[in-house]
Amino acid sequence: MIRKPYLFPPYIWLILLFLTPFAIVFKVSLSDLAIAQPPYTPTLDLTEGWAGVRAMFEGFDFENYVWLFSGSWGSWDVASFVPIWVFDDALYYNAYTSSLKIAAITTIIALAVGYPMAYAIARAPRHLRPLLIMLIIIPFWSSFLIRVYAWIGILSNEGFLNMVLGWLGLPELRIINTNTAVYIGMVYVYLPFMILPIYAALDRMDGSLLEAAQDLGCSKIEAFWRITWPLSRPGVIAGCFLVFIPVIGEFIVPSLLGGSDTLMIGKTLYEEFYNNRDWPVASAVAVILLFVLIIPIVLFQRHQLKQQEAQL
Amino acid sequence: MTRLSRFNVVSLTFGFAFLYLPILLIMVYSFNESRLVTVWGGFSAKWYGALFADERFLNAAWVTLYVAFCSATIATVLGTMAAYALVRGGRFRGRTLFSGMIYAPLVMPEVITGLSLLLLFIAIGLDRGGFTIILAHATFCMCYVSVVVSSRLTTFDRSLEEAALDLGATGWQAFRLVTLPIIAPAVLSGWLLGFTLSLDDLVIASFVTGPGATTLPMRIFSEVRLGVSPKINALSTILIALVAIGVITASLATKRKSG
Repeated sequence: MIRKPYLFPPYIWLILLFLTPFAIVFKVSLSDLAIAQPPYTPTLDLTEGWAGVRAMFEGFDFENYVWLFSGSWGSWDVASFVPIWVFDDALYYNAYTSSLKIAAITTIIALAVGYPMAYAIARAPRHLRPLLIMLIIIPFWSSFLIRVYAWIGILSNEGFLNMVLGWLGLPELRIINTNTAVYIGMVYVYLPFMILPIYAALDRMDGSLLEAAQDLGCSKIEAFWRITWPLSRPGVIAGCFLVFIPVIGEFIVPSLLGGSDTLMIGKTLYEEFYNNRDWPVASAVAVILLFVLIIPIVLFQRHQLKQQEAQL
Repeated sequence: MTRLSRFNVVSLTFGFAFLYLPILLIMVYSFNESRLVTVWGGFSAKWYGALFADERFLNAAWVTLYVAFCSATIATVLGTMAAYALVRGGRFRGRTLFSGMIYAPLVMPEVITGLSLLLLFIAIGLDRGGFTIILAHATFCMCYVSVVVSSRLTTFDRSLEEAALDLGATGWQAFRLVTLPIIAPAVLSGWLLGFTLSLDDLVIASFVTGPGATTLPMRIFSEVRLGVSPKINALSTILIALVAIGVITASLATKRKSG
């Protein structure tokens, strides 16, 4: 390490500001809610030395985790938590499954919209492609919040969409504050993540393969399914992960476009922390969210490694 | 191959309409005299006037730029070091942990990053404000910088560095005189990426901020929770125009260099 002085600053920075915070989240998730500052117990009291450390560990338990999935874990101190748990026994469980469902549906819609676009850009005349890609990238660099906000004006009950429907003599739609609005917003902001990797895969493809297939009597549609689609699959898989993973923990879209019945774990965590001020439960929600995310992240990493090896 | 089939033209038309219509509508409505989306009250720039007269927005813009500048700069220095360690560092103890810590923040949900940093700042009793936002942003931006820089370092001809070392340069001289000038474009785009990410972040900043440090995204968020706001339309138009100018300039600059 001494011969690599450039390693120290980023390493120490990440240990202090990335690893330590997680250790603290995990620690708080095992604590109990307390009316105190900070509002959890036990806290680490270093003035008592080793006894303080031991006292902290003795105070830990997995109650918060049990509650996350059963809600009404019956024992003596549940009564004090009734205001939180009375709404819905399975609130958190539902928030996780609903986030996964919203992420899966968003991914499928983004693929259905993004694939034809990526395909058309890859097939466009060569001099037009940089322009078209730039048009995909401009929204990608502009503010996420503003792009979500743009849909409020369109989808709200007195918004642009209903105005157009009114002109056409069609009935009004109620979309804002529903899951439909969440899907529209999610697909809108994450679409570039789907298009760019698929385009990269299609762009690398050797066009003479298609000509050969057609010379050998393959129809255009058959040639697509037997050649283009398999060759673009690495891009499709990468795009799907790049949409699926961030959508699970998304906060801005459900809180601006979704309604009170839109359950998403990122929004639930934020509200648990700020509205209920229940730090231990919010921390437990965060730890479980990490475990939920590890599976797709590891699969994605393995996919990327395989692609890198294939290219070498 | 040179002409687009009808299907491709249709999917591009609809795709780009979907991507750009919402943005164009915001821009058009930012010049609407009326507050309502359904009423066109005539052309007016009054919301721009109202925006620039609103001190809260000006303060927030200043805080945001300051935070983004500082965190992008810290992130670029640390991220370049990290990239160098990953690509050139060879084997060292804790390499797996280090590369894990570099890549993990890229896929970490913002709510978790924000929550965990807030709990850290509270645990060590740090006063929250602009400084804590800079620490938080520098942490996740350095990971993006190191990904950008390390992809440049891997495609870089290593023999140039070795030649410098053979000719008697110290490690630091070889880095400063040979490596750095070659990777400079990647370092610059890393800085720009970090700057943009910091400008754009709402969730992490709202977790780790304290009294007095309100960033522009936080200001926008609290305003638009209540619905459409003409001032935000004006602000959005300005921000989108800046981004478009930036992206177009950058792509023209790279085109000139490569062509």
